[in-house]
Amino acid sequence: MSAPVKATRNTLPGADDITRVVLHNGITVLARPNFSSLSVVVNGYLAVGSLFDSDEKLGLAHFTGLSLMRGTARRSFQQIYDALESVGASLGFGAGVHSTGFNGHALAEDLPLLLDLLAETLRQPVFPTEQVERLRAQLLTGLAIRAQDTQEMSSLTFDQVVFDGHPYRRPEDGYVETIQATKVEDLVAFHRKYFGPRHIVVVVVGAVDPARAVEQVERVLGSWENPEQPDLPALPALHPLEQTVRKHVYIPGKSQADLVMGSSGPTRRSPDYISASLGNNILGQFGMMGRIGDVVREQSGLAYYASSSLSAGVGPGSWEVSAGVNPANLDKAIGMIQSEILRFVKEPVSGDELSDSQANYIGRLPLSLESNGGVAGALVNLERYDLGLDYYRKYADMVHRVTPESILEAACRYLDPEKLAIASAGPEGMAS
Amino acid sequence: MPDSILMTTLSNGLAVHLKEIHTAPIISNWLWYRVGSRNETTGRTGISHWVEHMQFKGTPQFPSSVLDKAISREGGAWNAFTYLDWTTFFETLPAEKVDMGLRLEADRMVNAIYDPEEVASERTVIISEREGIEDEPLFRLGEAVQEAAFSVHPYRHEVIGYLSDLKTMQRDDLYNHYRTYYCPNNAVLAIAGDFDAQEMLARVRELYEGIPAGPRPPRPAVVEPLSAAEKRLTVEGPGETTYVQIAYHAPAASNSDFYAFTVLDSLLSGPSGLNMFGGGGISNKTSRLYRAMVEKELAVNVNGGLTASIDPYLYDITITVRPQKSPEAALAALDSEIKRVQDQLVSPEEIARAIKQAKALFAYGSENITNQAFWLGYAEMFAHYDWFTSYVERLAAVAPADVQQIAQDYLHSRNRVVGTYLPKNEGEKNS
Repeated sequence: MSAPVKATRNTLPGADDITRVVLHNGITVLARPNFSSLSVVVNGYLAVGSLFDSDEKLGLAHFTGLSLMRGTARRSFQQIYDALESVGASLGFGAGVHSTGFNGHALAEDLPLLLDLLAETLRQPVFPTEQVERLRAQLLTGLAIRAQDTQEMSSLTFDQVVFDGHPYRRPEDGYVETIQATKVEDLVAFHRKYFGPRHIVVVVVGAVDPARAVEQVERVLGSWENPEQPDLPALPALHPLEQTVRKHVYIPGKSQADLVMGSSGPTRRSPDYISASLGNNILGQFGMMGRIGDVVREQSGLAYYASSSLSAGVGPGSWEVSAGVNPANLDKAIGMIQSEILRFVKEPVSGDELSDSQANYIGRLPLSLESNGGVAGALVNLERYDLGLDYYRKYADMVHRVTPESILEAACRYLDPEKLAIASAGPEGMAS
Repeated sequence: MPDSILMTTLSNGLAVHLKEIHTAPIISNWLWYRVGSRNETTGRTGISHWVEHMQFKGTPQFPSSVLDKAISREGGAWNAFTYLDWTTFFETLPAEKVDMGLRLEADRMVNAIYDPEEVASERTVIISEREGIEDEPLFRLGEAVQEAAFSVHPYRHEVIGYLSDLKTMQRDDLYNHYRTYYCPNNAVLAIAGDFDAQEMLARVRELYEGIPAGPRPPRPAVVEPLSAAEKRLTVEGPGETTYVQIAYHAPAASNSDFYAFTVLDSLLSGPSGLNMFGGGGISNKTSRLYRAMVEKELAVNVNGGLTASIDPYLYDITITVRPQKSPEAALAALDSEIKRVQDQLVSPEEIARAIKQAKALFAYGSENITNQAFWLGYAEMFAHYDWFTSYVERLAAVAPADVQQIAQDYLHSRNRVVGTYLPKNEGEKNS
C-alpha cells in the first residue's frame, strides 16, 4: 500500500481563471481569485528603473522608490504606517534596472485601504526633507554593511566584469558618494518626470472577486495621467568577454571568501531560455545543488554552499556559479568549477539527468503557486515577459521539448571556460 | 486556524498529527525530534546540528546519491532545521508522491549510516558554515551576548557550536547522539495537505509502528540561577556600523506570562508571528522603539524578538546605531521607553491592534500548506499543540495591567545583558 491521496486537480493559473483588463490610461490589471484564503496580495511594477539614473546620481530610482512611503499630500510617514500596521497590512517598493516593483499584503477586508495607499504613494508623494534624510542615513548604513559583505561584494564585482560597458554593470542601489550627492529636489524631479500610468502592471490575487478587484484599481489609479512620461532608454549591445577576467575584493577581518564566476546569459524571452534553465538546474541546482554542489560540497567538503543560477530578465541575463569557501581553498574551488563548466560545454547531459530535471520542474510548479504571493509573482512574470495567460498550462510541454542537444547548444552559446568572469571577496587578495 | 486535526499516539510513542487541507494537490510531511542545542554538553556543542546534516548522508535503502534526487525528481521541497529545543525534517511534495517522504523519514529514523568519510567531509562543510556566519557582526555580537546571559544552562552556546568542538567531535559521538534522540517516543510526525486522514493514519501505522521505542532520552534539568547584576560587553570587529543588542531573560513558552510578553514585544518593537514559511511580515515603523530611536535619529533600525522555548530563554532587542550617533544615546532612549511602559498603562486600543496584527499574520501563514504543517508540530516541541490553537485567544485576553506587570517583572537592568559591536574598519581594496 502507498499513501492515499485525492485525485490531482488542475490548479495552475490559465486564461480561464485570470482576469486581464487594460485601463484607458495604459494600466494593465490582472486578477485571480482564491477564496480559500482570508487575505489578498497586490503586486506589480512601473516602468521606472535605474536605467534613468546618471552615473553621478546612481541609486536615484531606488532612493525615489523607497521615499514614496515617507509622506504624501494626505498623510505623514507615521499616518501611512499607522494605517497599514493597525490592520496588519504591509506595502513596500523597490527599484531594479528596468522597473520599480511594489508588493502589498492585507486581509481581504482591507483591500480598499491597501489600494488607496498604493495610489496615494505613487501619485502624491511629497518627499519631506526630514524623512528623506532619515532614509538617506539608512541607505548609507546599508551600503556600509554591503561593503563588508563578502557575498554581496563578490556579486557586485561579478556584474562589473560581465557587464563592462553596459548599464547592468551598475548596482541599482548606487554607491555612498552617489547617494550623498542626491538632493531632495532630485527625487521630486525624478518622480514628476518618470512616474506615470503607462506600462504599469497591477496584480491582485486572493479573496476578492476579480471584477471587483479591477474596479477598485480603476477607482484609485484610473484617472492618473502623465502625458510627458518617457519610455525607458534602449539597451546597448553587450560585448562578451574576450578572455577570463579575475578580480578579488580584499575585506580584512573575514574568515570566509565568497566566489561568483560565470558569464552573461539569455534574456527571459530568448528561445533557448528554457533549455539554458534546465541545463542550469543540472549544472548547479538539482538535488543538493547539482553537479557543482556534488563536486565542491558533497565530495570534497570545500564549501558550505555551492550552486549555479541563471538570472534572466528583459535584457541579457547572467549565468553564474557561486560558492562560499575557506580562503585557503579558493583556487581549488575555482579549478573544480572550471572543470565542471568545461565538461558542461563539451558533453551533452545524460538522458537521466535531463528527465530528473524535467520531472523536478513540472513537479515543483504547483508548490511555487500555493500562496497568493506565489501566484501574484507568477502573474507579474506573465505580463512582464509577455508569456501568454496559458503559459503555466503549457509549461510541462515546453519542458518536455528540451533535449540534451538543445542544452549543450545553449551552454556553448553562453559559457566559455576560457572567457569567464571570476569575482571573489574575502580576507586575502589572491587574484592572478 | 485549526479546524479538524487528527491527533493520536502510536504504540511505540510516536505522536501523529494529521490535518486535511484540500486547496491544492500538495502534502507537507514534518518529522520533529525533541533534541537541540539544549541537549548538548560541554565539548559536544553543535552536535545536534551536525547530526541533522548527517541525516542527509543516506541509509542502505536510500543512499545519499539517490536521496536528494528522489525528492527533487518529484519537484519536492525538503530541508531540515535545528534549534534550541528541536530538530525537524520536512518534505513538501505533490500529493500523489508523499509516500516517498513518509518512507524516507521512517527509514532514516533508524538506519542512517554515518560513514566516517562522510563525517570527515561534513566536518569541513560545517566549519565553513560557521566561518561564513562568523563574518557577520550580528552573529559575533549575538554569540557573545547569549554566552554572557547564561552561566550554566546549555542555551548559552549557539546552535552551530564552538569551532573547537566542531574540530574534535568524532563519528561515534555523532552516532550515539543520533541513536539516543532519534526514536519514535521522542518524535512528532505532522502531516498536512490533500489526503484522507484515516487512510493516511493507516499508512503511517504501516511504516512507523514497527520501529521500536528507545530508552527515554535524557532531559537536561539545569536551572539558570538568577542574575545578580546587569552584564555589559563589547565586541570589536571589521565594518563601519555599530550595533547594540540587549537581551532580557524571558519566560518559557509554557509560562502564562509568555502571552502578555508577546503583546509587550509587539508594542515595543513591532509584530512578529509564528510563520516559518511565506506570508511576509508586518513593518514596525509605528512601534514605540522605532519612534523613539529611528524617528529621533539615534538608530537606523531596531527590532526585537521573543523565542518560544522549553526553558526560559531571552527577549532580545537589536539596534543598528545611526552613523555618528552613540550607542549610549540609543540605549538611553530604550531605557526611557521601558520606563514609560513600566510606569503607564498601555491603552486597550494598542492591545486590540496587536491582536489584529496577530490574526493577519495567521491568515498569511495559512496560505501555505508547508507552513500549516509546520504549525502542527512546532508547539509540541516546547509546550503542547493547544498552545498554538489558543494563541490568538490568549493574546486577546491580555489586559493593560498584564503588560505593565511583565515590563516591571522582566525588563529591569539586573535581568539583562547589553552587548555593543564596535567597528574597527581597516578599509577595503581591490586587486
